[in-house]
Amino acid sequence: MQVSMTINGSDVSHEVEPRTLLVHFIREDAGLTGTNIGCDSSSCGACTIHVNGEAVKSCTMLAVQADGQDLTTIEGLADGETLHPMQQAFHECHALQCGYCTPGMVMAAVSLLDEVPDPTEAEVREGLEGNLCRCTGYHNIVAAVLQAAGGAR
Amino acid sequence: MSSIIGNRVLRREDRSFLTTGATYTADVDDPRLAGAVHATYVRSTMAHAHITVDASEALGLPGVVGVFTAADLDGPTVLPGVVPVFPEPMLNRPILATDTVRFVGECVAVVLTEVLAQGEDAAEAVFVDYDPLPVVVDPEDALTDEIVVHSAVGTNVAVDFSNLGMATGITDDAFFADCEAVVAGRVSHQRTASAPIEVRSTAAAWEGDKLVVWMSNQGPHGVKETLEALYGEQATGGIQVIVPDVGGGFGAKIAPYPEDALLPWLSATVGRPVRWFETRTENMNAMGPGRGHVHRFVIGGTRNGDLTHYRLDVLVDSGAYARIGAFLPMFTLPMTVGVYDIPNVETGARSVITNTTPTEAYRGAGRPEATLTVERAVELFAAEIGMDPIQLRRLNFFRAEDFPVTTGVGTEYDSGDYEASLDLALEATGYDELRAEQARRRAGSGPLQMGIGVATYVEVTAGPAPGGDEFGRVEITPEGRARIYSGSLSHGQSHMTTFSMIAADRLGMEVDDIDFVQGDTDLVPHGHGTFGSRSTQLGGSAIHDAAGVVVDEARRVAADLLEADVSDVVLDSEAGGFHVVGSPSVTRSWAEVAAAAGKGVLDAESQETRLCSYPFGTHVAVVEVDVETGHVRLDRMVTCDDAGRIINPVIVEGQRHGGIAQGVAQALMEEVSYDADGNPQTTNFADYGIISMAELPSFELVPLETPTPNNPLGVKGIGESGAIGSTPAVQSAVLDAIAHLGVTHLDVPLTPRKVWAAIHGA
Repeated sequence: MQVSMTINGSDVSHEVEPRTLLVHFIREDAGLTGTNIGCDSSSCGACTIHVNGEAVKSCTMLAVQADGQDLTTIEGLADGETLHPMQQAFHECHALQCGYCTPGMVMAAVSLLDEVPDPTEAEVREGLEGNLCRCTGYHNIVAAVLQAAGGAR
Repeated sequence: MSSIIGNRVLRREDRSFLTTGATYTADVDDPRLAGAVHATYVRSTMAHAHITVDASEALGLPGVVGVFTAADLDGPTVLPGVVPVFPEPMLNRPILATDTVRFVGECVAVVLTEVLAQGEDAAEAVFVDYDPLPVVVDPEDALTDEIVVHSAVGTNVAVDFSNLGMATGITDDAFFADCEAVVAGRVSHQRTASAPIEVRSTAAAWEGDKLVVWMSNQGPHGVKETLEALYGEQATGGIQVIVPDVGGGFGAKIAPYPEDALLPWLSATVGRPVRWFETRTENMNAMGPGRGHVHRFVIGGTRNGDLTHYRLDVLVDSGAYARIGAFLPMFTLPMTVGVYDIPNVETGARSVITNTTPTEAYRGAGRPEATLTVERAVELFAAEIGMDPIQLRRLNFFRAEDFPVTTGVGTEYDSGDYEASLDLALEATGYDELRAEQARRRAGSGPLQMGIGVATYVEVTAGPAPGGDEFGRVEITPEGRARIYSGSLSHGQSHMTTFSMIAADRLGMEVDDIDFVQGDTDLVPHGHGTFGSRSTQLGGSAIHDAAGVVVDEARRVAADLLEADVSDVVLDSEAGGFHVVGSPSVTRSWAEVAAAAGKGVLDAESQETRLCSYPFGTHVAVVEVDVETGHVRLDRMVTCDDAGRIINPVIVEGQRHGGIAQGVAQALMEEVSYDADGNPQTTNFADYGIISMAELPSFELVPLETPTPNNPLGVKGIGESGAIGSTPAVQSAVLDAIAHLGVTHLDVPLTPRKVWAAIHGA
């Protein structure tokens, strides 16, 4: 069936099997490979994107469920050459190593601060519990999110 | 210009990761992969069985390009062993199982489809008939040989390290006859999953007679070596291995797997490129886990705390075939006594086959096991003689003034100050105040008890002894920039930044004037890759040395330009050029020197063998244990880790953080487990309980730098230290919290159920 949606401000339309997961649509049909796949059980959060401004693990949605929606992926977060404050904070705090979890982690963190603009460390750890990282021990990710929150304050 | 070494330089490689998600193997968009088919493996669902496979139904399904079983293979049929010391049937893994499967997840067939999703459907239509065989899961059971996994070998023992001259052999009780106090114990080190967030992913294509393989791996040159053994005759045009960005490895992506090794044959057979991207469940079942040791120790000494005798008997669970995991006692045995000057030591080590996934390396790879056991032994000996375990450590440490030292097993440690790391970590922790707080809690009646655990470790990096080498090349471009090539391979370790700093310091350039090349065997002729905390010591030193040669060559060229004697020409780091000593106003830039030199002159390689080094440190863990539920909360993790000279504290701290988290995970929650029939119980991240940020505090890092004399940079490895000290520290902290309830020892992972059961005598 045909699905159409807006991804990072561009209209994307494609024929898909009904069972196609949104993350596969984003990667294969829209050609945006910044959104990564890390598990089969919606545990890791590597595929987190924004649907109508809210963080969603894109493996938990079918492409057809996103029909007509407004999506943002990691490729749409920066303002041209200027990094989003969360991207900038991840860079400044060394919050990424292999980088595989990073797109999902950044998208989830942006969404967290939309909901809780000035979180405590505990709130960050609770809020991003659904995004796994194997490299950083999370220390610098937490620091980056707190720094981004501080910058917005 | 002051040196950039030691400065907090932010990563140069970050931007693409942050803005487009970089390019991992599954993201590679290369014309050579146009029209690729997707491979989906059909895997054994039984741990031990004779099989017959019927693939006929799958062949007719939509999008199926081919279905292949072992009977169809007319190319390579086995993946050669990594370390050739094991009996052949254990050493060489069948690429597709022939008549017998030996673990759940072993490949029995492969399906090629136009679209990946079609592969899942087709794989389900390949019917495998299983005739079950008896299963052995536990390595101690395997040692009895009641059930033998490789009948052609006749025993499950893949190797006895005493026979290789790598262990002394175990004698009898007389060894401890002179000791006033003796404590013995059994310590288990559970299987853990490396669990990189990127699973395994590989692609293969033929460009005429040239084989090109893209693979998520820790070093392309080892992969190329394996592929040459399998496809060398066929690939008359050569073999190119490309490792794009890699989403983590942690030891499990060092050697190629059967799934990787078959892709070139599949590609040649169907005449199209082939891509493979596994699921997490496949990854948990078929990518090699780490650890899987059972240790028995005996420790003896005087009642006033002089440790004099130690015995370590290692049993390794190899899984169904003997891969890297089976050989890791080579790193455990040399580190048997850790930081302690124990003169009389005997060792033994055996690796046994079981009906489980073959084990590979995992962060620390043999050293965490040595450390955890000796730290447990010291804690238990201290309890036996009624001494504070910290005091017992101090009495038995190798002294800073005695380095280099030779240990009771003959290992030569280069440098160290173990007591300094202990003092610094305890001071940062506020140890005495914590003990007072612990006493208050014990006096009260609340369920929340506090525990404090200390572990002092030493490990070997760039090992095994005596050391290793890595390829490095530095060339100056016509524009006067530098391009550096490394056989080492960052898969998160930040080589672009660290190695650029090393080159910039030597060449008198800015870091941004340096381009970094890795991960392509056509561009980098030699290499080993990144594992064993070797990269900066070996790869960084190679860049340092090659850059030095280039500077000397450039000074000769500049001397001609300046009409001066070469001995009078100096590199001016401030100006980024060359001048006659004392005359800084007349300078020749790198670009001018490069233009005069011509092609190929300012270009040097280095691949010198260097000695390994022995990083050390002390970790202190503070936990809260709810004695009513057995739940453990890690409140603080204070670590003092010495990695010699620090090139970039930002990167080093990041490496420490990551290691600490993985070590804590092993102490508290993560375990790859099987039921008695060999069915894996932890097949995804939901079952495995992989550690998240909610289970961890921020870490408190204490700096200490004791440079090693063993390489020109004075650096030691730091990639694995965090995972080595933290597990025993957390284990001791939990046991400390419940010691007053009569619990003396519990094996990791210290899950709520295990802790609760110990407290309540269940």
